[in-house]
Amino acid sequence: MNEGKILLEARDVEIAYKIGDFRDIGLKEWFTRKLTHNYRVEKFKAVDGVSFTLERGELLGIVGTNGAGKSTLLKAASGIMEPSAGSFVRRGSISALLELGSGFDGELTVRENTYLRGAMLGYTEKFMDDTYGDIIRFAELESCQDRPFKQLSTGMQSRLAFSIASLVEPEILILDEVLSVGDGAFREKSARKMEEIIQSGAATVLVSHSLEQVRQLSTKVLWLHHGRQIALGETNAVCERYQAFLDGDQSALTV
Amino acid sequence: MLEKYRKYKFLFKQLVKRDFTRKYKRTVLGMAWSIISPLANLLIMYLVFSRLFGNNVNHYAIYLFAGQLVFSYFTDATNMGMSALLNNAGIFTKVNVPKYLFLFSQNVSSLINFALTMVVFFVFVAIEGIPFSWKFLLLLFPTGCMILFNTGLGLILSALQVFFRDMQYLWGIMTQLIMWVSAIFYTLDSFTPLFRRLLYCNPLFVYITYFRQIVLNGAVPSPALHGLCALYALLAFAIGCIMYKRYNQEFLYYV
Repeated sequence: MNEGKILLEARDVEIAYKIGDFRDIGLKEWFTRKLTHNYRVEKFKAVDGVSFTLERGELLGIVGTNGAGKSTLLKAASGIMEPSAGSFVRRGSISALLELGSGFDGELTVRENTYLRGAMLGYTEKFMDDTYGDIIRFAELESCQDRPFKQLSTGMQSRLAFSIASLVEPEILILDEVLSVGDGAFREKSARKMEEIIQSGAATVLVSHSLEQVRQLSTKVLWLHHGRQIALGETNAVCERYQAFLDGDQSALTV
Repeated sequence: MLEKYRKYKFLFKQLVKRDFTRKYKRTVLGMAWSIISPLANLLIMYLVFSRLFGNNVNHYAIYLFAGQLVFSYFTDATNMGMSALLNNAGIFTKVNVPKYLFLFSQNVSSLINFALTMVVFFVFVAIEGIPFSWKFLLLLFPTGCMILFNTGLGLILSALQVFFRDMQYLWGIMTQLIMWVSAIFYTLDSFTPLFRRLLYCNPLFVYITYFRQIVLNGAVPSPALHGLCALYALLAFAIGCIMYKRYNQEFLYYV
C-alpha cells in the first residue's frame, strides 16, 4: 500500500444548476417567451468553491443541512455532472452508490434485475455469474428469484439493492446515505457489511445525516452550508462546530 | 473506443434484454405481434388500394410491402427511440453511464422486428413468383444505411424530447406526413417530373425506391441513389451525435 497517495482531489469546485423558466415548458411557451424576451434562465450555484483531497485510507464525511449541496457534490465527484468551474482529479476506479434503488425495473424478475443493476455498477458478466448466488443469499431472497421485482416488498427491494451494491471493490467509494437499509437483523448485517467495505476500500466519501455515524467513521469532515465550504478538517473539531450550529449558534458558521 | 465497448458491452446486453422483455411482457403472442401488426396494416392497404380503387401495378402486393417494410421500421425505431432518454432518466441521473446506450438498445429491438418482417417479405416475394437473384444481397446496403439513419434520428428526437415534451405529438403528425410523401401505396405514373424529383428529398422514399428497384425491377440502382442513401444516413447520425455530445451535461437539468 502506498499510504498518502491522493486518490481524489477537488480543486475549487463550483457546480451550477440551471434554474428558471425552461423546465417542462412546451414548445409554444418556449417560442412566445423567446419572442417576448421573457425567457429567463438563471444559474444557481449548488456548490461553490469547494476543495479537498482524499488520500488512500481516508474517509471524508460530508455534513450540512438540507440544500447544502452535498448530493450535488457527490454527483460531480462521480462524474455524473461536470463542475461548471474548478475540477476533480480522480486517480483510480470510482464507484458511487447514490441511490440504491435506481435502475430497477418492476416488470423484470429479481434475477434479471440483479444482472441489470450489476451491469450498471460496472461489474463484468463473469463477476455476476460468480457472485449471483452470494447476492441472493445475502439479500435472503432465495425463494423469489423468478418473481417480478414489483411484487417484492419495499424492504426486500432495498435488501436486494444493498446486496448488489455491497460487492463493489473500488479504489474510491462514494456513498450517499446508504449505510444501512432494511429492518432489524438486516439493518445490523448491512451496517456491518458497509463498515467492512469502508475498511477494505482505499478511500471513501460519505454523506450522512447521522452526525454520530460521521464522527465514528470519518478521518476528516467537510461542512457545507448553502454550497459554501464552511470547514474542512479534523473530525471532532468540525463536528462540534456543526453541532453547535445545529443547536442554534449561528456564529459557528463564521468562526 | 474499443475499451469503452468492452466496458459497456455487458450493460448494453442487459439493456437490450430489458427492453425486449418489457416490450412483450404479458402478451400472449409475444414477438409474433411485431410481424402481425405490419402484416395487418399491409392487408388493409392492399384491400383498399387494389380492390377498392383498383390499379394495375405488377406485383402490387410486393410494391406495397416494400414501402410498408421500410416505413414501419422507421416509425417503430423513431417512436420507441424518442422516449429512450426520458424513460431512463432515473438511471443516468444516479449512475454514470453513457446516455446513448439507452437509445442504442431500443434500436436493437426495432432492428430485430425489422429483420423478422423482412423474412416475411421474402416469403411473399417467393409466393408472388419473383425469382431470387444475387442482387438481393445488395439490400444489405440500404439496410445498413437505415440502421444509421434511424439511430441518428432517434438520437435527435430523444434529445429534443427531453427539452420539449411536445415532440411526441409533433412527431406523430410528422410521421403521418412522411407516410403520404413516401409513395408507399401509390405509384408515380401520374405525377409531374418535378414532383418525382422532389420526392428524393425524403430519405424514406429513397430507401423504399432502393428496395423496389432491386426486388421488382431486378436492377442495380444508380450510383446517385447509393450516394443519397448514405448521405441521409450519415447526416442524421452526425447531427444526432453532435447533439448528444453538446447537450450531454444539459439533459440532467431537464429531467
